[in-house]
Amino acid sequence: MTTITLTHFLFISAILFSLGVYAVITRRNAIMVLMGIELILNSANINFLAFSRYSGLNIEGQMAAIFVIILAAAEAAIALAIVLNIYKRFNTVNVDEISLLKD
Amino acid sequence: MTTELTIALAILLLPLVSFILLIFTGKRYNEKSGLVGTAFLGADLLLSLYILFAKIPSEAKVWDFTFTWIDFHSFVNNVPLKLDIGIMVDNLTAVMLVVVTLISFLVHLFSLAYMKGDIRYSRYYANLGLFTFSMLGIVITNNYLLMYVFWELVGLSSYLLIGHWYEKKSASDAAKKAFLVNRVGDLGFFIGIMIVWMQFSTLTFDGIFSSIQNGNIPFNSNTWLTAAGLLIFCGAVGKSAQFPLHVWLPDAMEGPTPVSALIHAATMVAAGVYLVARTFPMLTADALLYIAYIGAITAFIAATIAIAQNDIKKILAYSTISQLGYMVMGLGVGAYTAGVFHLVTHAAFKAGLFLASGSVIHAMHHALHQVNDHHTDAQDIRSMGGLKNKMPVTFWTMMIFTLAISGVPLTSGFLSKDEILAGTLAFSKFSGHTIIPIIGFLVAGLTAFYMFRMMIVVFFGDHVDRNRADHLHESPRVMTVPLIILAALSFFAFYSFNPISASHGWFFENVTTPTVVVPESVSATSTEEFVEEVHHQHTLAMILSVSVAGLGILIAFATYYWKKISADAVADALKPLYNFFSRKWYFDELYDATVVAATIGVARLLAWFDSVIIDGIVNGAASVTRLGSVISGKFDSIVVDGMVNFTAYSAGFFGMLLRTIQTGKLQTYIVFALIGLMVLLALYI
Repeated sequence: MTTITLTHFLFISAILFSLGVYAVITRRNAIMVLMGIELILNSANINFLAFSRYSGLNIEGQMAAIFVIILAAAEAAIALAIVLNIYKRFNTVNVDEISLLKD
Repeated sequence: MTTELTIALAILLLPLVSFILLIFTGKRYNEKSGLVGTAFLGADLLLSLYILFAKIPSEAKVWDFTFTWIDFHSFVNNVPLKLDIGIMVDNLTAVMLVVVTLISFLVHLFSLAYMKGDIRYSRYYANLGLFTFSMLGIVITNNYLLMYVFWELVGLSSYLLIGHWYEKKSASDAAKKAFLVNRVGDLGFFIGIMIVWMQFSTLTFDGIFSSIQNGNIPFNSNTWLTAAGLLIFCGAVGKSAQFPLHVWLPDAMEGPTPVSALIHAATMVAAGVYLVARTFPMLTADALLYIAYIGAITAFIAATIAIAQNDIKKILAYSTISQLGYMVMGLGVGAYTAGVFHLVTHAAFKAGLFLASGSVIHAMHHALHQVNDHHTDAQDIRSMGGLKNKMPVTFWTMMIFTLAISGVPLTSGFLSKDEILAGTLAFSKFSGHTIIPIIGFLVAGLTAFYMFRMMIVVFFGDHVDRNRADHLHESPRVMTVPLIILAALSFFAFYSFNPISASHGWFFENVTTPTVVVPESVSATSTEEFVEEVHHQHTLAMILSVSVAGLGILIAFATYYWKKISADAVADALKPLYNFFSRKWYFDELYDATVVAATIGVARLLAWFDSVIIDGIVNGAASVTRLGSVISGKFDSIVVDGMVNFTAYSAGFFGMLLRTIQTGKLQTYIVFALIGLMVLLALYI
């Protein structure tokens, strides 16, 4: 039985990050994009916790993780409000159809 | 300035005031302008008489007032360079002032009736004032500069007066001709003045003459002195209508008849003779000889032409030229006083002749108007005749003038003509030029002949048209009074108490030959010797002149009164000669063919040069410029615009290329960002 090392955590984190990024890039639905962002944030959280456990960051890493969670909650609230407004304006939440930046 | 000179200045300025007054207010007070002008001239005449009676007994030789007009503050040959101008009155000036103002006053008076109802009545009187002013300026100035200024003013005002009826083509042509022909002479005058100025750095008569007396001669050469004198004489040739510039005077008859009286008796033509008299001291023997010949030729040519004229004013015009030739000839032979004296006496009787002819023309016009005849020429002597009983005052006064111009004893003309002829005889004795007295006596005979021809044809016999004769009347008093005054002045008593010789009269005593200042070697016979010789020749001259004048009158009566000689038969027998005379020696034709044609030819050439060469150069320059700008335009629109457009186009092209990346989709941007991040990581790790 191999011991679980920092590398494993980082590996998991990297996969999660990649999945998050993949979701952000490929999903058409704005809600799904937001969920991808949550994944990325969570991968970052894992990193914080892993480093706090294995390299003497101690409590500060966990504090940062909690901070990120709070931030993510706030971010989700604002982002969902934006999505709601977008929906009201364009009657869709498909990010492909919302290309105002192009013009 | 002394009181007398102030008065002299007032004499000069009064006609100018009259001119200014009439030119500005004449339109409003049209009817009154004649009286105003006449009043001014009347006052002028009184002042002139005062000056004459003050100057003649005066001890001073000359009253002079000179001031420096311009000081250049520099020196030429150690002589300060400055322009002095001023006025002077000597005996000659005093006499001329009276002559000019008297004739001008009488002409003003005469015109009151003659010009009545004229369309430019006030303008006419204004111009008369200007003319009188200019002429007075010539006689009163003491330097060539002001004289030249007034000289040109005379030219201008004569132009205005001759062209008074400028609606008539012939009148405006005559005015132009008079002006232009005079300019030819004035050019010579101007060059003469320039030579004098170059040498003496002064233009006052006194300054020049005293400089010459001190041996200062232009370019140290007597020839140049002669040339300067002759060039100044050129001015006189123009103004006094001497051969070869006499052609303007007959044409100037297009002006109103009183104007002819003024211009051709006392003012304009007298200016030339006066100029020669003023310049007299600096004329060398050669110059005087030339002047004498010019005068003689002029007198002869004009007399021959006058014989064959039928227009009453043309006859008088040529007789004027002839008499002017006489005066110039008199001055040329050295008979200074005689020449000037003839100028004075001639002024009176020639003004009278013109005014009398004006009276005749006035009556003829009136009569022709009454019988509704608009074709007959009112000036042609052939359509007159028998006016003696119709116009007694005009007839008798004109008879006196004619006797005077013909040189019949007891008249003023006899005295002056006699002195000139005696002078020519004396001259021929000293110099051997016998042709001059021969011409002199010949012209005296011719003058008597053509003047009496005119008198007989106009006044004797029956009027050609009985119907018209009833409408002929004597002119009004205002026209006959000037005639009577002038007729009185044509008697000897006003000039000398001795009816056969003027040499002891007041005129000869007071207007004496000025001191000749040219070097001994080139001066003419000394004045004392000359005067002595004139006395010797006087009796001979008198006998000869009376007999040629009597012969001329006799032939005139035989031909036109008793009809013993048929004028037509003589004219037919001498047809070529008659044509030659009646066509005025073909001078006009000659000048038209040479001078005028040459001028027009040169003008054409210059016009061609202008329109072809100059315009060609200008147009060529324009074309070249245009071509350059077309090229420059093409360069601009193709190369410069091309580069600019290419820049813009390429920027647009790359923009188009790059805008495909700009999808507006956040996800795409994230992909790019990630790829970029990876690339960077790959590079650094």
